[in-house]
Amino acid sequence: MAEELDTDFWERDFVKTEEPKEYNTLNVGPTHPATHGVFQNVMLMDGEFIVSTEQTIGYIHRAFEKIAERRPFYQVTPLTDRLNYCSSPLNNMGWHMTVEKLLGIETPKRVDYLRIIVMELARIADHLICNSVIGVDSGALTGFTYIFQDREFIYEIYEEICGARLTTNMGRIGGFERNFSAKAWDKIRHFLKTFPAKLKEFETLLVRNRIFMDRTINVGAFPADRALAYGFTGPNLRACGIDYDVRAMNPYCSYDEFEFIIPVGQNGDTYDRFMVRQEEMKQSLHIIEQAIAKLDAMEDKETYFAKDPRFVLPPKEKVYNNMEALIWHFKIVMGETDIPAGEVYHSIEAANGELGFYLVSDGGRTASRLHFRRPCFIYYQAYPEMVKGAMLSDAILTMSSMNVIAGELDA
Amino acid sequence: MSENITHRTAPAVAETPEGISGQGFFATSIEKAVGLARKNSLWPLPFATSCCGIEFMATMASHYDLARFGSERLSFSPRQSDLLMVMGTVAKKMGPVLREIYIQMAEPKWVIAVGACAASGGIFDTYSVLQGIDRVIPVDVYVPGCPPRPEQIIDGILKIQELVGNEPLRRRHSKEYEELMKQYNME
Amino acid sequence: MYQINSERNQLVVTKLTNQFTEAIESNEIMADMLCISIKKEAILQALLFLRDDNELQFNFLTTLCGMHYPEQQQLGLVYHLHSFRNNHRIRIKTTTDINDPTFPSSTALWPAANWMEREAFDFFGILFSDHPNLKRILNVEEMKDFPLRKDFPLEDQTREDKDDRMFGR
Repeated sequence: MAEELDTDFWERDFVKTEEPKEYNTLNVGPTHPATHGVFQNVMLMDGEFIVSTEQTIGYIHRAFEKIAERRPFYQVTPLTDRLNYCSSPLNNMGWHMTVEKLLGIETPKRVDYLRIIVMELARIADHLICNSVIGVDSGALTGFTYIFQDREFIYEIYEEICGARLTTNMGRIGGFERNFSAKAWDKIRHFLKTFPAKLKEFETLLVRNRIFMDRTINVGAFPADRALAYGFTGPNLRACGIDYDVRAMNPYCSYDEFEFIIPVGQNGDTYDRFMVRQEEMKQSLHIIEQAIAKLDAMEDKETYFAKDPRFVLPPKEKVYNNMEALIWHFKIVMGETDIPAGEVYHSIEAANGELGFYLVSDGGRTASRLHFRRPCFIYYQAYPEMVKGAMLSDAILTMSSMNVIAGELDA
Repeated sequence: MSENITHRTAPAVAETPEGISGQGFFATSIEKAVGLARKNSLWPLPFATSCCGIEFMATMASHYDLARFGSERLSFSPRQSDLLMVMGTVAKKMGPVLREIYIQMAEPKWVIAVGACAASGGIFDTYSVLQGIDRVIPVDVYVPGCPPRPEQIIDGILKIQELVGNEPLRRRHSKEYEELMKQYNME
Repeated sequence: MYQINSERNQLVVTKLTNQFTEAIESNEIMADMLCISIKKEAILQALLFLRDDNELQFNFLTTLCGMHYPEQQQLGLVYHLHSFRNNHRIRIKTTTDINDPTFPSSTALWPAANWMEREAFDFFGILFSDHPNLKRILNVEEMKDFPLRKDFPLEDQTREDKDDRMFGR
């Protein structure tokens, strides 16, 4: 008699599902190569899958909001540098605009266009870091080394404008401290000519790379309604499909005169965030070109600050030669000017989203209360929900694609 | 003014220390040999907390390549590194973490404090910021700046290399070193 | 310089005062934003109304922060809401006595308020009822004081190495 073949041997379920699961605890951070910055995630792991995470932040809490209550307005600019330190000029300009809103200063068009050039360069610098670091976290280190060359060039442009590379403290309340030099213009034009090709080179490394796509598509996907409820803004929200951009919705600094597209993703996964940032860099280049065209078309090539002697520091040549300018300089620096009391909220589209400044002034030399609406702090709360049930390597990539900067997280 | 441009025909790897050489051998003291080997292959642990960390990334990248000085392999595990580079502000919440990392490193270990915040608290004279990491761990080289330029960071690394190259072999067992560790409550 | 949408501002004020008559304490336009003060007891319902009403649709919580008013011995909260559909931003303020620093939590309305309320607790000591996880977020957990209150000093008081002559004291 032939033996009966056990044909459904392989169909039997060998895993006994009644056994209780044991989870391990894995501590990711605060010092960890993948967390770009110091924050901690204690993850409960079911093998390779994450069951839940508990976050701890505050490892670089420097009490900016408290310091700002003790410093006059122009001394708060270096603090804002250190919020999102990858794109300091954006924070600086946002702060200057907030104070100008409080004091009622209107900046001339030329200052607005100069500010736009600087802000878009900062946005490109920040997106370059974020995208190259997504590559590094998935193992692709070449993009990082290639693209940092261009970041060095952006640093050179900053140096021509304000003297510093990273924490720029750029500009003043009411404009800039000096006109852009001819060398700065040369460098900006050179950057516009050469950067698109470099960006294309960086793209060919990652964008249609099979390994990169497999690692990032459908990783960390987040639905748009949850993103809105969690207060997402910036590229993370645009990757989910919602085209909210403060530059378009509440235009500031003459952004309504510029044409740019707001790139939008589909399902909010890591690949979408990467691609939204790539496209935003190209749009930033387009905006800089338009700004340069507008500046070339203006006859006035000399204005670089608003004409409001009560609050805007006069240029140094006048201070040393003109009595009135000296007196105004003294009054502004020593805090003898009449700052109006009031409250103001101003927000800009920073590299990570809507960076808001809520300034309460009681008429004194320093702010009575200054609150920073920091986009990283707000959207990082959603991280546990984004990685629930995902694998650890996916969770690492999700974190780096969200571009969490510790300075902005903790302030 | 005419300058004599000498082209090196052979690549200079490192300066050879003083010693006695002959056909097929070179004799020098162990200290110098070990110092030479260690200083040109320091494995740093980049403890990057804030803005100085971005300048460090720029130092590591292609423009100001740090790998030229032997620091090709960055390790994020303290057990596999010799040089702890603290870059950025260390808050009081982070102090114990930094101490743990330092204790986990194996001897011989060096510490470089990069930036004003790591050296002395920087511009943040507040209740939540540690006013200098030398309150919790012993520091060998301080690099000032906010943030220091990559050239300055490389200068700091070169000073560390000098220290490493000239370190006496028995330094870590000496009385002064034990006193230093006792000051920081580390055995 | 910045546009003020008086129609929408008026609409918000009218609808709120119709719904919550005595709880609306005051309203004014500060710089370019409508600013409404609401009594603590009605704040949660007011926020829910602002979010769910068909004409107002304030779907986005931009930020919420704590405040300390030492003269009136009060702690306060300031909410900034944003309606994407109507492109309208408003500011809502509430206050409470410093000896009873409790507010209802808006985490159920917007999950974004979770950490923002923890930050307000950490800095000012404002307690939120029904908050899922009210712990300190930025400062050390063992800290006893609330640093952003006006009476707390900025600098670390335990330092011995500062030369007072250099700091103008």
